[in-house]
Amino acid sequence: MPSRYLLRRLAQVLPTVVGLLVLNFCIIHLAPGDPSIALGGEHGDAAYYTFLRARFGLDRPLPEQLLTYITNVLRGDLGTSFVHGRSVAAVIAERLPATLLLVSAALALSSVAGVGLGALAARHGRRPADVTINAVALLGYAIPSFWLGQMVLLALAVGTGLFPVQGMTDARDPKTGFGYMLDVLHHLALPALVLAANELALTTRLVRTGLLEALGTDYVRAARAKGLPEGLIIRHALRNVMLPVITIIGSRAGMFLSGAVLVEVVFAWPGLGRLLLSSLLARDYPILLGMFLLISLTVILANLITDLAYAWLDPRIRYQ
Amino acid sequence: MPGSIPAFDINSRSPAILGSRVSASRVGLFRILRSGAGRVGIVLTCGLVAVALLASRIAPADPFASVGPPLSSPTLAHPMGTDDLGRDLLSGVAHGTRTSLLLALIVSVLTGFIGVIVGALAAWEGGRVDDALIRVTEFVQVVPRFFLAVIVIALLGPGLDRLVLLLALTSWPWIARVVRAEVLSLKQQEFVEAARSLGAGRSRVLLREVLPNALPPVVVVVSLNAASVILIEAGLSFLGLGDPDVVSLGYLANNAQRFLRVAWWMVAFPGATIALAVLGLNLLGDGLNDVLNPRGAS
Repeated sequence: MPSRYLLRRLAQVLPTVVGLLVLNFCIIHLAPGDPSIALGGEHGDAAYYTFLRARFGLDRPLPEQLLTYITNVLRGDLGTSFVHGRSVAAVIAERLPATLLLVSAALALSSVAGVGLGALAARHGRRPADVTINAVALLGYAIPSFWLGQMVLLALAVGTGLFPVQGMTDARDPKTGFGYMLDVLHHLALPALVLAANELALTTRLVRTGLLEALGTDYVRAARAKGLPEGLIIRHALRNVMLPVITIIGSRAGMFLSGAVLVEVVFAWPGLGRLLLSSLLARDYPILLGMFLLISLTVILANLITDLAYAWLDPRIRYQ
Repeated sequence: MPGSIPAFDINSRSPAILGSRVSASRVGLFRILRSGAGRVGIVLTCGLVAVALLASRIAPADPFASVGPPLSSPTLAHPMGTDDLGRDLLSGVAHGTRTSLLLALIVSVLTGFIGVIVGALAAWEGGRVDDALIRVTEFVQVVPRFFLAVIVIALLGPGLDRLVLLLALTSWPWIARVVRAEVLSLKQQEFVEAARSLGAGRSRVLLREVLPNALPPVVVVVSLNAASVILIEAGLSFLGLGDPDVVSLGYLANNAQRFLRVAWWMVAFPGATIALAVLGLNLLGDGLNDVLNPRGAS
């Protein structure tokens, strides 16, 4: 990948990030009444509001406030949660690992299984295996993640007791070392599977459609004429199919994270989703604003990584 | 690029429908019934629209009125059971379908409007206008709509009006991009040149010649977007951010979470309805895509 492409793409990110900071700033001012209420909650006393106004420069003209806000964010200062009494960044950082574990497990599951199932379906073009995989994928794409979570909970956790109903570890039987890992994996299985379902369905459909198209091209015909085994041909075709698949998976980071939040709420997974719900109930605005910023930046980062991966995989992608 | 073939060119496909746009759309509507996906999509969508339109007739009771014993499993009197306050769930699902579909419809109309204007303007004007509009489109596209909705509703309080506005203002980039690509390629077509050489003004060429031909793919994107709007409303209501004065499918799902272990029917029926609505709209989009873009169909 030439460094010129990298630099131009990085330069594009900057205005987007600034735009997001401005948007976040506008949201703070959108709150009914004074933004100090959005930052300090509805139950603070007058002295606390005065303190907040001075700290965030809310008594200054708007452009200056914006500058102060951006400087604060760049320093990692997202304000203080009035429920937790600690900095927003610290509270969010504490919940991040659980969400990262869930999201990466689900993404790995959906990508690997999606490519496999898509290839399987394409190989069996129009036969029962293909039709079944395609129908299930269509259904999986339409089912809301939180509902799938509720139904799976009813069937596999409440019904049979095969899986724990909620949480990340067994509170009644705390374990250490290897036992702890197994316990977390046991708790992770259902939420990761449910979160993966939508993406899995989408990946399967994309890989299947792409492969069916690729299998009709000249280079595949040439490979067949040469006598290459079918498995190897699929592998060749798959390389070309993966490019658009990666783009679409990458562009859905926001959707994926919103799914993660809902699944976390259903399974009481102690990550950002639970934090979002409790902050909503407590009207802990600084946390909500901090989470919105974090998630927006994650989406930008995901888009950036997708584009760079694309350029790395396909040498034809260049700026003129 | 003169001579390029636009992705969705209804005119070049069949000489029989060249003359009139009306007949083209009529043929298209019948053709969607030929694909399995399109058939199921049409049936599901029409079925749910019928439920939404006839909600007051189908529903035996006011969805907010307590009409039976609390947490009763499905019986003849209450085919989908009742909730914790003895409210009839069938009434809730029927009225909830109405709310969800109405929301999807209004958002779709608004997004379609904004998307077509932005996309057409960008492609038609080109140059700096195009650059600026593309930048705005790209920016709106990276803003996570679900979380923006969460935070705005948390600050302003729940209400369908702000949800409609928010989703409309954040869902149009997809449509704008499709319209822009279409108009860019249609701009170079011979029939546009012909209209221009006959003395038609710029705006007349855009409105009468280019836009009508750019709209078919928009219909596909709008139907897919309507599905995602239903999912977003359901997700927001599930977090307790729905309008408490209006029954929606997400509101019912949120209520059900607390009774997961005791009342499976409260979970099963509203969620299944959401899934059917989303499935129907997705299949409808697939079917429309097959009809309007036969080269892309597998």
